[in-house]
Amino acid sequence: MTSVFDESGHNVACTVVQAGPCVVTQIKSEDTDGYEAIQLGYEEAKEKNTSQAMIGHFEKAKTTPKRQVVEFRDFDAVEKTVGDVLKVNEVFAEGDVVNAIGTSKGKGFQGVVKRHGFAGVNDATHGQHNRQRHPGSIGAASYPARVFKGMRMGGRTGGKRVKVDNLSVVRIFPEENLILIKGAIPGHKGSYVIIEK
Amino acid sequence: MDAIKFVEEQITRESNFPKFRPGDNINVDYKIVEGAKERIQSFRGNVIQINGSGATRTFTVRKMSNGVGVERIFPFASPNITEIKILKRGKVRRAKLYYLRELVGKKARIKERTHIKK
Repeated sequence: MTSVFDESGHNVACTVVQAGPCVVTQIKSEDTDGYEAIQLGYEEAKEKNTSQAMIGHFEKAKTTPKRQVVEFRDFDAVEKTVGDVLKVNEVFAEGDVVNAIGTSKGKGFQGVVKRHGFAGVNDATHGQHNRQRHPGSIGAASYPARVFKGMRMGGRTGGKRVKVDNLSVVRIFPEENLILIKGAIPGHKGSYVIIEK
Repeated sequence: MDAIKFVEEQITRESNFPKFRPGDNINVDYKIVEGAKERIQSFRGNVIQINGSGATRTFTVRKMSNGVGVERIFPFASPNITEIKILKRGKVRRAKLYYLRELVGKKARIKERTHIKK
């Protein structure tokens, strides 16, 4: 992340996203696949790390193997054919509203306060020394005599697919295929994200 | 290629402010927008830290105002800063002068640096 000053002099925190070049690897249509979509490949992959099936798929599009292959429905930004290279300025423009999908940072085993936003009891412990961040009651006693499924408890936190809606594009740098998006985006530095319009 | 570095090079403008260090006494003039009006306010005090790098680099100025310590953080890249003047150069032994927060009066003074390398 970095920050940019806008025209009114306000400091805007931004995330830098490398958004291309992407190659069109397949175009799905109503007749053959039952729905309309475009499939994009991003970032070079080594041939030895690519399965034979995928190598054949990329050969069809006359490109080299790619690491990430993602499908987008209702892609009407540009008329494209298989094998075309998409650049960032063909799809995005400054001021666009986009959604970002990424895998959030893994946080390990966490308690209910961090994981589910429970308030804890803070100072209302009635003298007990170790219940400040505890969940409280998890159910009644002899009836139902069990804990309901889906009861929110501690556990593995983060590392999940997260979508953030309505982020705005602050700037684009077509020569390097970079976009500056206002605000934070889920995931580690260098991780893959899907930006959709 | 480092994407963040590239972006920061593109967005940062050349600043012609004088180079200052923690311990220096400076005067910062900055724009304030009040509704439709715009005026320039100045903040004079000691630089107690320079933080960060690239486009997010900031400096903190501390002054005593009516016996109360006041600190203000300015980003180097801020377009609202119109001028920075160095009034005194200070001789200090650390990069972050947080110890000044606990000191008042004569103890909170900073020795002046007289030999300045060009």
